[in-house]
Amino acid sequence: MINVKPGSVVFENVSKTFGAFTAIPDLSLTIEPGTLVTLLGPSGCGKTTTLRMLAGLEHPTSGRILIGGKDVTMLPANERDVSMVFQSYALFPHMSALDNVAYGLQSSGLRKAEAREKAEEGLKLVGLAGMGHRLPAELSGGQQQRVAVARALVLEPQVLLLDEPLSNLDARLRRRVRTEIRDLQQRLGFTAVYVTHDQDEALAVSDRIIVMKDGAIAQAGAPRDLYEFPASAFIADFMGEANVIACEVVGQEGEEALVRVAGVDHRVASRHARPGSAKLAVRPGSIRIGASGGPGIPGRILHSAYLGGHVEYEVETAVGTLFIVDHDMTEGLPAATDVTLDLKKRGIALIAA
Amino acid sequence: MRHGNRRLDIVLALGAAALILLPWYRIDSGFFGLGWLSGFPFSSQAAPAVLQIMFHGHPWLLGALVFFLVGLAARLVDRPRQRGTILVVAGSLGLGYLTLQGLAIGFTGWTWGITERLFGQLSDGQPSMGAGAVTLATVFVLMLAFGLAERGFMKGDAFIVSCISLLIFLVGVFVFYPIGSMMVAAVQDIDGSFNPTGLLRNLRDPSIWSLDCVIGAGRCGVAWRTFFLALMTASGSTLLGLAFALVATRTRFPFKKGLRLLTVLPIITPPFVIGLALTLLFGRAGVVTEVISNLFGVEPGRWLYGMTGIWIAQVLSFTPISFLVLIGVVEGVSPSMEEASQTLRADRWRTFWRVSLPLMKPGLANAFLIGFIESMADFGNPLVLGGSHGVLSTEIFFSVVGSQNDPSRAAVLAIVLLCFTLTAFLAQRFWLSGKNFATVTGKGDSGAHIALPRSLSVAVHAIVIPWMAFTVVIYGMILVGGFVKTWGLDNSLTVEHYVRAFSVGMHNGSIAWTGVAWNSFWTTMEIALISAPLTAAVGLLTAYIIVRQKFAGRNLFEFALMMSFAIPGTVIGVSYIMAFNLPPLEMTGSALILIACFVFRNMPVGVRGGIAAMSQLDKSLDEASLTLRANSFRTIRLIVLPLLRPAIRAALVYSFVRAITSISAVIFLVSAQYNMATSYIVGLVENGEYGVAIAYSSMLIVVMMAVIGGFQLLVGERRLRRENRVAGLKDTPSIPLAQEKTA
Repeated sequence: MINVKPGSVVFENVSKTFGAFTAIPDLSLTIEPGTLVTLLGPSGCGKTTTLRMLAGLEHPTSGRILIGGKDVTMLPANERDVSMVFQSYALFPHMSALDNVAYGLQSSGLRKAEAREKAEEGLKLVGLAGMGHRLPAELSGGQQQRVAVARALVLEPQVLLLDEPLSNLDARLRRRVRTEIRDLQQRLGFTAVYVTHDQDEALAVSDRIIVMKDGAIAQAGAPRDLYEFPASAFIADFMGEANVIACEVVGQEGEEALVRVAGVDHRVASRHARPGSAKLAVRPGSIRIGASGGPGIPGRILHSAYLGGHVEYEVETAVGTLFIVDHDMTEGLPAATDVTLDLKKRGIALIAA
Repeated sequence: MRHGNRRLDIVLALGAAALILLPWYRIDSGFFGLGWLSGFPFSSQAAPAVLQIMFHGHPWLLGALVFFLVGLAARLVDRPRQRGTILVVAGSLGLGYLTLQGLAIGFTGWTWGITERLFGQLSDGQPSMGAGAVTLATVFVLMLAFGLAERGFMKGDAFIVSCISLLIFLVGVFVFYPIGSMMVAAVQDIDGSFNPTGLLRNLRDPSIWSLDCVIGAGRCGVAWRTFFLALMTASGSTLLGLAFALVATRTRFPFKKGLRLLTVLPIITPPFVIGLALTLLFGRAGVVTEVISNLFGVEPGRWLYGMTGIWIAQVLSFTPISFLVLIGVVEGVSPSMEEASQTLRADRWRTFWRVSLPLMKPGLANAFLIGFIESMADFGNPLVLGGSHGVLSTEIFFSVVGSQNDPSRAAVLAIVLLCFTLTAFLAQRFWLSGKNFATVTGKGDSGAHIALPRSLSVAVHAIVIPWMAFTVVIYGMILVGGFVKTWGLDNSLTVEHYVRAFSVGMHNGSIAWTGVAWNSFWTTMEIALISAPLTAAVGLLTAYIIVRQKFAGRNLFEFALMMSFAIPGTVIGVSYIMAFNLPPLEMTGSALILIACFVFRNMPVGVRGGIAAMSQLDKSLDEASLTLRANSFRTIRLIVLPLLRPAIRAALVYSFVRAITSISAVIFLVSAQYNMATSYIVGLVENGEYGVAIAYSSMLIVVMMAVIGGFQLLVGERRLRRENRVAGLKDTPSIPLAQEKTA
């Protein structure tokens, strides 16, 4: 059986420079054992560099990295108790699936027969029993991905690293595989660090999400916190689209703040808003479109697109052009219609200016 | 530091053995003859370093011992950073000291005046370095490498750091040290003192620099003649190569397969064979000359012997190379560009002149420069055809071996030649890099290339067909020539030449190789077979390091390696005899010097091929292996090498073939004991024994074809059923083999 011993991960003031370019200025983070943590961010934000430093494929310029409480900062990749699933899977094309899975076991000093036996178990774990003799080229994309996962898991690492593991799969398969990965993680209880640039994926699989920007942590928290209480306009926009509009906080009542947008007052969930100018992140689905002349923000439709399940609008208002998704309308309003916009209760977050 | 101690122990043990168990100095009768064992350890020749210090009057070796002991002490230090620092210091100082004492103290005492004045006269000198010294030098290099690794260099990967250090060390010893020695030799007297008169005299020598053929009457100096010849050859072979490439890709020429076959020929043809075949056709007693003089009563002329003949031979030799380069260029012009041009109302002619040709310009310039370097470096053809109108490479040869025996002149000529080729190389490298319009995008370009404009099509056919016929005749001459009794005089068929060269008899129940060629033939095979795997190994390892490892100075490292390929063989030959004839390293007359020469001359092709193949291997394969607990040695063995089979095969074949066909460097380095086929054939030519020479040459060509086939079977095909992540690897360039060939 595969028995993982989940380990923690600690980065202490880690920095990494490549020549003149600073990829990570100063990063500190902690990952609890047995959790699946996602590093999320746009390309070039340093998330892959962070993962590669954890794997030992890059060494930090300064700072310390601890895995399971042990300092591994200077340890080469092959002596670290982590294993990795690569974006391209990196299956060895000249070896069968079984040999691929057994490779790491044999490198760790297991005898060939033992390694093969354990590799068979690993393949069974990912639902590929009996496929071991095939070459990677003879497997489908999804199967290759599972071989890559099995290959990493049979080493029973303290931490499993996944570098955009779904990016080479088509959209439908992606949903299924990410569920499988999450199931496996919860069943075996290993620590996993998952890198992705896709916020849906991050929201779906993670215990905790760390959003990175320019080599630093922009915000970290549970998926729901990040979506509902973004700390900045960047987070709000990155975690699903949002219209960021200027507003003024005029009061705080318990768990709600009273904000004024274009002269109209709204109540927004907020813990400690300070009076003064602020920003509001409004999800495209959180704006109601009403007939012109009603209460709310007046606007004029610039474009409208009918997309079957919903209608998308761009509406010009006094606070800027807003992007709105309307799920209620059965047929779209044409461009150049005057409308009034009203904010819904959910899907609106107050961001400090 | 789990592995750190074990590897350090091994190296320290090796170092101790080098100091105590191995003879420190060179054994004249050969180390591997093991004759020295009888005198070991007390005879002054075979004594190890410790005894040399105590009893044989070589106290300066104590320094090496001290630095080794410092390294030994580092073993007792536990903290990796500190230990690393000590090892780095001990290794680098030890290596430096070893080098310095070797250079400073020669056979009879101090080599340099300044040290003699400083330290007083030495009563005794020292012979060349032997097994002990060489081993200890290696140990110092490894100490330095381990120290760097423990200090975290290359992510602490000791294997990689050791490989890099050893490679730099070897390239330093076998490429840069000889070139440096040659430069020094240019300003040295026989006794080693500084004396620039030889240099100045040769620098001002009108027979080198005169421009009389342009601005007066008379002949130009050899430098300018070589330069003009190189320009002519480069122009000729580029134009012909372009014509061939256009025919191969843009017309419906029926013999395209044959055209491609043409590209293999220069690889397996010893460089002077073309010149030889030309002599048989157009020489004073050549077939064509005879026929014409009989028909028209023209006096047989000597026009072939000189620049004209060399030019024809070189264009014949190098056109296939430029064809090989240009076919990629011509195919690289995306058809969609040409289609776009046509939809913009340009006719075929305009499309060709305004779109296709300008896009090929950088490729043409590249082919031109390659032709230029080839012609400059060519030694075989000028030797056979040059007569009294030599070029630089042959002049160098004659100033070393001839009656002149003027090493200073050889050095100066070699430096001049080196300047020309290096300039062309630098131009190719810097001026052309980044000017490549290769429009192969990976996006599916639809359609084929458009056909050539009609007039151009006629023109290129008119060039290509006769030239192809000419080439076929030339190679026909080579094959048939060995069976003709005496060209021109007695054209009856005979196997006499083959018998003379390759006869085998039975003598006392054992086979006796009675033919005159066997001796050099077996030497050639032996040396080629030893050097081929070494070349491939060193080349591919270097490629791995260049592609996969990032370290400070990597670009410089790659550049230096590639530059060593632009050094003409003649220059290498001269510099090797100047560097390795006297202490500290003495190798002339041995098989070792030939092997070293081949390995370091042919390695860059292995590097090129390795880089091309490895760039197509997804880097994450190596990284996956590393995260799967394999160290880099295991990664190379189990992942990289199996995926590089085509590149390995190409490197093996290439270095093998090059070892057989090359002449320029070899001719300086052969000895009575180790004579190579090519230099033996050149000797035959000089004696006028054309029949045997041609027979031997065609035999070599046949053998090479057989061996290439053998290698093909031996290394085998890679087992990858469908193309996958390593797509495109299957048709990994079997290396633009000839692209860099310099004779």
